[in-house]
Amino acid sequence: MSRPIYMDYAATTPADPRVSKKMSEYLDIDGIYGNAASRSHIYGWQAEEAIEAARKQVAELVNCDPREVVLTSGATESDNLAIKGVAHFYEKKGKHIVTSKIEHKAVLDSCRQLEREGYEVSYLEPDSNGVISPDAVKAAIRDDTTLVSLMHVNNEIGAINDIAAIGEITREKGVLFHVDGAQSAGKIDIDLDTLKVDLMSFSAHKMYGPKGMGVLYVQRKPRVRLEAQMHGGGHERGMRSGTLATHQIVGMGEAFRIAKEDFDADHAHISALRKRLWDGFSDMEAVTVNGDYDHSVPGILNISFAYVEGESLMMAFKNIAVSSGSACTSASLEPSYVLRAIGLSDEMAHSSIRFSIGRFTKEAEIDQIIAEVRYAVNKLREISPLWDMYKDGIDLDSVEWAAH
Amino acid sequence: MAYNEKVLDHYENPRNVGSMDKGDATVGTGMVGAPACGDVMRLQIQVGESGIIEDAKFKTYGCGSAIASSSLLTEWVKGKTIEEAAQIKNTDIADELALPPVKVHCSVLAEDAIKAAVSDYKSKQGDSE
Repeated sequence: MSRPIYMDYAATTPADPRVSKKMSEYLDIDGIYGNAASRSHIYGWQAEEAIEAARKQVAELVNCDPREVVLTSGATESDNLAIKGVAHFYEKKGKHIVTSKIEHKAVLDSCRQLEREGYEVSYLEPDSNGVISPDAVKAAIRDDTTLVSLMHVNNEIGAINDIAAIGEITREKGVLFHVDGAQSAGKIDIDLDTLKVDLMSFSAHKMYGPKGMGVLYVQRKPRVRLEAQMHGGGHERGMRSGTLATHQIVGMGEAFRIAKEDFDADHAHISALRKRLWDGFSDMEAVTVNGDYDHSVPGILNISFAYVEGESLMMAFKNIAVSSGSACTSASLEPSYVLRAIGLSDEMAHSSIRFSIGRFTKEAEIDQIIAEVRYAVNKLREISPLWDMYKDGIDLDSVEWAAH
Repeated sequence: MAYNEKVLDHYENPRNVGSMDKGDATVGTGMVGAPACGDVMRLQIQVGESGIIEDAKFKTYGCGSAIASSSLLTEWVKGKTIEEAAQIKNTDIADELALPPVKVHCSVLAEDAIKAAVSDYKSKQGDSE
C-alpha cells in the first residue's frame, strides 16, 4: 500500500538512513552493547567512548562544551527538568516563573504543576506573528522571578523568538533563561557560546534522529544548578539518572553531525520547497499565511483556507499527511491555542492546515500537494454555506449565530 | 483516525448539495451552528401542498461527520411530511453513521437543522394566511 506524502516534519521526522545504520551497530551481541557505567571491562569502555563522541557531536552543532550536554529521553523531559528543576532549586530566591501562552504543552504543563505547588507563573502574550517581545519579558520579571522559559521556534507557525535579545535582559536581571529548541536545532544557527541562554532543550526526533532521545543543555559558566527529577544511579552528574541508551545516543549524535554538515543544503532545499508550495496557493481567494512568512523557519507553512473546515480538508487530502489547527483533530474540541493567541478567530483557526517540509520532501510531491489541496478547497467551498455568504457579500461577523 | 464507510461515502459523494430560493413561501430554511464552533449547516426543504417534503438541499461547513450527517438528513426527509421530518432524532443519524462520541454533536446539529427548517416553513405559511 502506498502511503500518503509526509508533510508533518514538525511533528516528527524519519531517521536519516545514516542514523539508523549507526544505531544498529550498538544493540546486538556483535555490536557495542555494554553499559557505559561499567568501568571494569571493555564493553563498558566502548559504550562510554561512543557516548562521549556523540555528546561532542551534539555540542558542536550548538557550540557548547560537551560537559554541558545532559542526555534525556526527549524535549519533554528536558523541559520538565529545566523548569521544575530550576524552580525547585532556587525556591528560596523566589517562586515566580515567566513563560508565554504559546509554549509547547511540556512547558505549559510543567508550569501548571508548579502553580499547584504554590508558584506564580506569568504567561506572556505573543504579537500577531507569534513573537514574544523582549520588552514584555523585561516588564514581567520581578524580584522573585527565578526563570524565564520561552521557545526558540513555535511548532505550529514557525515564528522565531529573539533569544539573543531576551538573554541580554535575563542575564542583566540575574534571572535564568530556558529555551525550548526542539523546533530550531538544525534549522537556524544556534551559538550557545555567545547566546546568553542558560538552559536549552533539544529533541533528536525532530531532526532525523531517533524518538525517545533528547538533550538539556545546562550551562557551566555561569553555573546553573537544578534539582534532579529522576533519581537513581547518579548518571549525568546527578541531574538525570538512568542507564544511558547507547544506540539512541549515538543515533542522536549522528543526527546532530549531519545537521551541521548538511545545514546549508537542508536550508536551501527546504526554503525553495516552501516557496514553491506557497506560490501554488497565493493566488487563491481568501487564503492566508498564519504567522510571518519572512520571519519563520522555512520548514513550516501554516495556512488558513477560509470558509472550509480543517478536518474535512484533511479528509479530502487522501494522499497528504498534515496536521490541522482545527478542534476536530483533537479530543478537546478547542481550536489551536497558539492560533487563538496570535489573534485568529476560532473560525480561521478551524480552517488552518500546517504543512511542514523536511530533508526528504521532493519537488514533485509539492506539486502534487498543490493540485490536491486546490481541488479539495474548491470542492468543499462549493458545499460551504459560509463561502456562499462570503460570495454574496455578507459579513459573517454581522450574522447572529446560534452557538452550540 | 479511521472514518466509518458510510461517513466517507456521504463525504465523497454528498447528496443533494445546493441552495433554494429563501424567499419562496414553499421553502423552509434552517441554518444552525456557528463558524466559531467549527460547523454551520444550512438545510432547505421544498414542501408540497399536502405537507410532503418534495425536495431538500444542504450546504455544510464542518468536519466530515457534519457533512455526512446533513447529507444523510436530506435523503431521509424527502418524501416525509414536515411533521414526520421534525421527529427525526439525532440518535438515528448517529447510529446510522456509527458516529463516535466526539462526533455526536454533528448529529445534534442535523436534528436542529431540520427542526429549524420546518419551523421556518411553518412561520412562512402562517404569515401568508
